[in-house]
Amino acid sequence: MRSFTYSRAGSAAEAVGRAAAGTAFVAGGTNLLDLMKADVLRPEGLVDISRLPLDRIEETAEGGLRLGALARNADTAYDERVQTRYPMLSKAILAGASAQLRNMATNGGNLLQRTRCYYFYDTATPCNKRQPGSGCGAIGGVNRIHAILGASDQCIAVHPSDLCVALAALEAVVRVTGPDGERSIPFAELHRLPGDRPEIDTVLRPGDLVTAIDLPARGFAEHSTYLKIRDRASYAFALVSVAAGLEMDGDTVRDARLALGGVAHKPWRDPEAEAALIGKPATPDRFRAAARVLLRDAKGHEHNSFKIELAERAIVRALTEAAERKGASRP
Amino acid sequence: MIAIPSIPGFLTEPNGPIGKPVSRVDGRKKVTGNAHYAAEFTLPDLAHGCIVSSAIARGRITRIDTAAALALPGVIHVFTHENRPSLAWFDRKWKDDDAPKGAPFRPLYDAEIHHALQPVALVVADSFELARYAARLVHIEYEAAPHQTDLRANRANSFTPGKDKGGFQPPPKPRGDPEQAFLASPVRVDAEFTQAAEYHNPMEMHATTVLHHDDGTLTVHDKTQGVQNCHTYICNVFGLAKSAVRVMSPFVGGAFGSGLRPQHQLFMAMLAATQLKRSIRVELSRPQMFSFGHRPETIQRVALGADRDGTLRALIHEAVQESSRNENYVEIVVNWSGQQYACDNVRLDYTLSRLDVHTPLDQRAPGAATGVPALEIAMDELACKLGMDPLDLRLKNYAETDPNTGNPFSSKELRACFRHGAERFGWAKRSPAPRSMRDGRELIGWGMAAGVWDAMQGQAAAKAVLGVDGKLVVSSATADIGTGTYTVMTQIAADVLGLPIEEVTFCLGDSSLPAAPVEGGSWTVSTVGSAVKAVCDRVRSQLIALAGKLENSPLKGVAEEDMVFADSHLIVRNDRSRRLSITEVMRGSGTLSIEEEARALPYLLARARHTFATHSAVFVEVRVDEDLGTVRVARVVSAIAAGRIINPKTARSQIQGAVVWGIGMGLEEEAFTDHRLGRVMNHDYAEYHVPVNADVPEIDVLFVEEHDDMVNALGAKGVGEIGIVGVPAAIANAIHHATGVRVRDFPITLDKVLAGLR
Amino acid sequence: MAPLKASLRPAPAPPPAPIPVTLNVNGVERTLHLAPWTTLLDALRLHLDLTGTKKGCDHGQCGACTVLVDGRRINSCLTLAAMQDGRKVTTIEGLTTGDALHPLQEAFIEHDAFQCGYCTPGQICSAAGLIAEGKATTDDEIRELMSGNLCRCGAYPNIVAAIRQAMATVAPKAEGAP
Repeated sequence: MRSFTYSRAGSAAEAVGRAAAGTAFVAGGTNLLDLMKADVLRPEGLVDISRLPLDRIEETAEGGLRLGALARNADTAYDERVQTRYPMLSKAILAGASAQLRNMATNGGNLLQRTRCYYFYDTATPCNKRQPGSGCGAIGGVNRIHAILGASDQCIAVHPSDLCVALAALEAVVRVTGPDGERSIPFAELHRLPGDRPEIDTVLRPGDLVTAIDLPARGFAEHSTYLKIRDRASYAFALVSVAAGLEMDGDTVRDARLALGGVAHKPWRDPEAEAALIGKPATPDRFRAAARVLLRDAKGHEHNSFKIELAERAIVRALTEAAERKGASRP
Repeated sequence: MIAIPSIPGFLTEPNGPIGKPVSRVDGRKKVTGNAHYAAEFTLPDLAHGCIVSSAIARGRITRIDTAAALALPGVIHVFTHENRPSLAWFDRKWKDDDAPKGAPFRPLYDAEIHHALQPVALVVADSFELARYAARLVHIEYEAAPHQTDLRANRANSFTPGKDKGGFQPPPKPRGDPEQAFLASPVRVDAEFTQAAEYHNPMEMHATTVLHHDDGTLTVHDKTQGVQNCHTYICNVFGLAKSAVRVMSPFVGGAFGSGLRPQHQLFMAMLAATQLKRSIRVELSRPQMFSFGHRPETIQRVALGADRDGTLRALIHEAVQESSRNENYVEIVVNWSGQQYACDNVRLDYTLSRLDVHTPLDQRAPGAATGVPALEIAMDELACKLGMDPLDLRLKNYAETDPNTGNPFSSKELRACFRHGAERFGWAKRSPAPRSMRDGRELIGWGMAAGVWDAMQGQAAAKAVLGVDGKLVVSSATADIGTGTYTVMTQIAADVLGLPIEEVTFCLGDSSLPAAPVEGGSWTVSTVGSAVKAVCDRVRSQLIALAGKLENSPLKGVAEEDMVFADSHLIVRNDRSRRLSITEVMRGSGTLSIEEEARALPYLLARARHTFATHSAVFVEVRVDEDLGTVRVARVVSAIAAGRIINPKTARSQIQGAVVWGIGMGLEEEAFTDHRLGRVMNHDYAEYHVPVNADVPEIDVLFVEEHDDMVNALGAKGVGEIGIVGVPAAIANAIHHATGVRVRDFPITLDKVLAGLR
Repeated sequence: MAPLKASLRPAPAPPPAPIPVTLNVNGVERTLHLAPWTTLLDALRLHLDLTGTKKGCDHGQCGACTVLVDGRRINSCLTLAAMQDGRKVTTIEGLTTGDALHPLQEAFIEHDAFQCGYCTPGQICSAAGLIAEGKATTDDEIRELMSGNLCRCGAYPNIVAAIRQAMATVAPKAEGAP
């Protein structure tokens, strides 16, 4: 951890005003301080936004919920309304990290957490995301946890969030305030693919502050699930995760949402895969067909090719569970 | 039979503390935060050191620029190979009690880089955060040289080591004609097994605090399993008088072998303290916990040949392991395979391949934890081919005597382990065919394996001081790394002298105490416990002598063997009304305190003619998701034969913990090396997976009766290692039973299961 | 990438200046002057000499540093002391009342729920947080919600048993109840 200045912002506007090159907002701190200790991030100043009044969970006029950016992950997951109306989201949050970290981490920070790629974390190794132009250590290196979709020849890192996978499936909207005022970003547009600028994770601009995440009214509460597959039973990042939401008409799928985690630089969705489900009977064969659409461009590396088959099986399992699920159940 | 010294003051009272589930005597300190570990001692003006680790795996430092670090106010010094003082010259000065053959690594010795994360500089500053910051500013340029870290690519370049490390014998010469017998066997198994490199990763990161006193003496709080091992090392390396340094480790936050050798944070802290003449703490980071010592990666071949009735005809076990360029770390791996089953045609081979890595280091059940699972999977495969129950196959080939030496076992109740373990588990209800048991989407598998570990004993001394108040203090320079040493030694002492546990204090972790070897290999109860018993026996004899001399003593003329000690009293065995309290005896004789010191040695003659070993039978149920390949261990029964169990509560915890290690070894733990960089990449707790609470089910531990009057005066063998041995195999065998998928590469991550499920 | 010549590298920023931080630690108000880069964990261990809270990884990957802040369990290694200014911090040292152990501490001893003891304060603080949260009722739920606390000695079955026992005697606080 290098030298930095610390100040606490009294308002969102003040925070945005203090944002300058080399300055970072800190709220939960669980990812930022970790990366600062690892010398991966070296902000010259921290603006503490953790006491801004952005921690509420409120109803929206459209019948959805507004999750404050500074609401803690645990408070979000255990919120009665979230559990009832968006069980997939609650389940996703509780599948991530540990109870302690969920008590600290905020919703806004969760969106902006950085990859867990080994090379990103180890400053003695090449990493285009950490040090543009230094190369990608994972390509040709140790890449068991890396991307099978949407990667580039510059970067095969994955986004580590569970929450974001559910938010992608739910088509949440991210509310941002910044030097140019307020704006809304559809969730699918928030995270980028690495391309030739892997150092940039999101479309946020310097000084942008996430203030809230809006959940639309449709929560797929009756038929949804979040399935996370990892190397131990808890407290590990996903090898593959699936957020699945269905609206059923008897045994027929009326609408479908499907997002994958642990496989790409962002939560992975594909309208064509969802279209392959809509209007079709909820059968394993149909689910598998949809999975294959979603995974049609998947490409494995030396250690992670298993993720392609694993993802397909996980999708079938998650959709099966979602289709079977009757009524909202607490996670 | 070998004549064994009689056991005077021991287990003479049925209600003595030996064998009782006594709660840890250090428990209160540990649950209140009052147990202090190496990084938790301080003096005013304590400096903080941060180690800089090498960015490359092999080559040399061409330039090291410390100017930016030193420019920061509060940075005191940066130690590098360029400014280190002259230190000990000969390799023998750098050797420690656990050093294998070779030249020990010398931190900051020269510009050469021998392995990734090698310590290359120490930044010393006023605060921890400043030292860490300044360490990032040390600019180092390297000239990289080609390196080799891939065992598979280098296995052909292996060599046969000799007796290069204490505690390990080279494999015995082949017996019979194993190759011919294998080819002639009607039923054969021949397979290759791999074991990934594992890191000890105790919860407490390695740390050393050196307290520099005004008189120039040093108190060194080090994370170690052997205070005297470290004491000798630093005195030798830094040319210090033994009396000028005291090494302490009253509490050790786990070690599992990582503290068997002095690690480089000790060197660094000592270097700074002696050069700067001030107190300093050096604590490694979690990634730096991957910069020394690990369970070496291993490739093995096991070939078994058998008759159709299951009689083993041939057993071949070959292993190749990694070691460093500078030392021959050996753990032999294969010898237990020649000991575990009766077989006339056996070949055991063990070779090393030198790689550009730091020297591996004993990790819980070194060798056996790696080798026995390979054998035990092969046995399971053989049982499958024979259509035989795996337990029956093991009983069929049960070794009544040690086939490696022809010697009898001092005791071996493995059969009882099989019987009681199977009964507790319900093994008889197992449906033999793979994939024949399920619960919804989960395939259920039941697997078993046997385990074995050596029951070793070293030499140790202990001191006892009995006060006139009836309080006893016993001490020895051993360690308690969570094993329960404090508690067990207290029980032994209390038992011999008939004292309540509360009246006995056991001291350890201090180099100034009577000599004890490093704590490891499950030998501490045997080694130090024998010394504690011996010294308490002397105190006992003195008390009896004093009691006999007292005027009007009700104990006059009573022979030692007719006396029992209980409730802080000396009591005549056959007339319990004749008694005196210890306090009465001491007051009456005008004795303020009784001080004794004693040394205990192993029964060498008995040891020359017998094999001493602990045994286990492990039964595991796994649940495998048939679609996803995820495995969870649903229940475990571990039946242990380890002689007398001094404390069933702490011993049970030892076995449970070792089973958890077996789950980690079987399913999770693996250091991933990028061989292009020669560097372990998952060097933290997030990506190097050790089991979490949710991975671990109920673990049923049972200790079978095993009487052994040859192993030592306690009849106890030690339980630190035996619990892990066999567990990975039982898991692998259960996975096969559940799924029909045979995985021979540890850890068995879900991708390996999935590959077979396709 | 070619390394920059020393002379071309910008001079590093000097260490940050201390700022006042007030914490209520185990019921006692403590004002410290800490550089902002000091974590809550290091403030406790190095500045308040409360070494019961352990450093097992310093990266939020092990749970040894778990303390309660305003009654909720967190990893004290991943927050700055300055960020917790004005808050109530409870550490393992604060669970004991005089000589009397907390029911969790009693249960941990009784069930031998530790070996080396290094993860233990974090386990106990985490368990106190778990009970206050009131989300775990079954053993499996305890296991899952205690998975943020590694125990390398593998005392997990005994930890679960100890928490189960203590849960029966310690009522969850009202706002944490389901």
